[in-house]
Amino acid sequence: MSEKKYFFDKPENVKWVLRVFYTICALLVVADFILHRHIGFSWEEIPAFYAIYGFVACVILVLIAKEMRKVIMRKEDYYDE
Amino acid sequence: MSELPPFSLYFIAALLVLFSRGISRKIILLATPVIAALYIWLNIDVGTLSSYPILDYELIFMRTDKLSLLFAYLFCIASFIASIFALHVNDTKQEIAGLVYAGSALGAVFAGDLITLFIFWELLAISSVFFIWARGTERAIDAGMRYLIYQVMSGVFLLAGALLHFHTTGSLAFDHIGLGSVAGWLIFIAFGIKSAFPFLHTWLTDGYPEATPTGTVFLSAFTTKVAVYALARSFAGEDILIYIGVTMACFPIFFAVIENDLRKVLAYSLINQVGFMVTGIGIGTALAINGAVAHAFSDVIFKGLLFMTMGAVLYRVGHVNGSHLGGLYKTMPKTTVFCIVGALSISAFPLFSGFVSKSMVMTALMYEDHGYLWLFMLFASAGVFHHAGIKIPYFAFFAHDSGLRPKEAPINMLLAMGLAAALCIFIGTQPQYLYSMLPLEVDYWPYDTTHVLAQLQLLFFSAMAFVWLNKQGLYPPELPSTNLDAEWIYRKVVPTGVRHGLAFLNNVKASSIALAMSPMHGIRNSFTQSSIAKYHLSESWPTGSMVFWIAIILVAYLLLDILVY
Repeated sequence: MSEKKYFFDKPENVKWVLRVFYTICALLVVADFILHRHIGFSWEEIPAFYAIYGFVACVILVLIAKEMRKVIMRKEDYYDE
Repeated sequence: MSELPPFSLYFIAALLVLFSRGISRKIILLATPVIAALYIWLNIDVGTLSSYPILDYELIFMRTDKLSLLFAYLFCIASFIASIFALHVNDTKQEIAGLVYAGSALGAVFAGDLITLFIFWELLAISSVFFIWARGTERAIDAGMRYLIYQVMSGVFLLAGALLHFHTTGSLAFDHIGLGSVAGWLIFIAFGIKSAFPFLHTWLTDGYPEATPTGTVFLSAFTTKVAVYALARSFAGEDILIYIGVTMACFPIFFAVIENDLRKVLAYSLINQVGFMVTGIGIGTALAINGAVAHAFSDVIFKGLLFMTMGAVLYRVGHVNGSHLGGLYKTMPKTTVFCIVGALSISAFPLFSGFVSKSMVMTALMYEDHGYLWLFMLFASAGVFHHAGIKIPYFAFFAHDSGLRPKEAPINMLLAMGLAAALCIFIGTQPQYLYSMLPLEVDYWPYDTTHVLAQLQLLFFSAMAFVWLNKQGLYPPELPSTNLDAEWIYRKVVPTGVRHGLAFLNNVKASSIALAMSPMHGIRNSFTQSSIAKYHLSESWPTGSMVFWIAIILVAYLLLDILVY
């Protein structure tokens, strides 16, 4: 089977994309110490507040949603029965 | 009676569609939004007011200010893009429904009194349901019926509220109403149903995913945005809207994370986006109202774009279940790029449309010192990126290779998506044009170091959470499933309850009859055991025999009487 190889079929490409992504994340945190942010609320003074909040918020979101599945998930044809 | 109201152009076009076919019909479908937009541009200024007498009543079909004009242009753009997207569909019902639906939305935003609003409110309901029914499946027909019941119910609340409002205030003007009266609350509930307030939202998440691939694009543009317009007009600054809006922004993202049907994911994220608008309206400051309206504008275009990309996948693959998609970027690269543009816009990435409008609402929350609510909204912003920004493109176009190799979307779909994507980037990079159309005078510019850096950190680290959870194997897989939402109450609890209730009542009936009959059985039993029961007449129950013997006795009396005297 000689199907065409696409971009993400090569693991090294995936690795490369992720590396760029991690670099940008690191730069954004560094930028927080160099650039001046206006502060509206006191908690914004925490260094890299938005980065921490975004990460934690999404992890909590996904973990709660996963737990919700135990309560609210039913079969696909639940309402058809 | 002066100018022709713009909605009538759409209604005339709907009539013309009925009597045309082929190319000429397609030309009508495409030309109508363009002509309507030009007509509004050239003929209708802020402050136009015209009414049409019907019997003793004056229907105000035209009341224009910057707010109604902005929505009118938005609806023309939306119906133009949606018409291009649906150009390959040859279905008279859907074509007419599209024109009547968009026309009714225009009618509603130009309505100057509550009765006119009510008329278009109901027309919106009736015309839009055809996009769900046109799917033709049993599920779609049932979902369409539930959708219609909700929409009509909203109309009933509106009419009741309007009449009560007239009774108490003597006015039917569609202006600020507020929550100071029962009438105000009735109208508020009517608007609330249509803008998918929590617990009143299930018509949306139930109906939209069942509509045709092209139908959802129309549906996502008009109904909820007319409701947002109505809320901004009548209930701006009502505190309760802030709390409702924050709830709307937060709760759907949990459902969106575990939902498998990607159009249903988008339906949940639609509620989440409307949450930002409702919050803005609730804050009520000039910046907040402008933000709510601007966000409605960007949302119609990027949410339409996302629904178009999923519509294209549905059209080519036949389903949009995340569990059975993946790797579509290989054969649908253009759709993939458009989907990513939509995803970046809804996530409010700098340079895309969501950023320039959502940040206004967030800033307004900050100015009004709603610290904790602001944190919730920040959570919702991160969540949007997670489920709509990453999940939709990732599970449809990347993730594991599903082996599906569908063809790229048809050319008309690509054109429509391309146009919407271009608009997302245009609004995101040149927000001054959108800002100049906003109803209130506000000096605001979204691009400063603080905003851009904060937003980029938030989004990149939300993405980081996605990558990390996936690598740890903690990310919940896409599973074919149904997730229970508020609709569970009327689709399962009530029907099952009614079934059980009826069975229970039947039992009660049977046992109470038995109970009532038991003394009689007792009497009969004791009678049959008594010595009288042995007599001939008491053996059989038929009253006929009794009557017969009494008749014999009477005849005997008669004979005796004659014989003796």
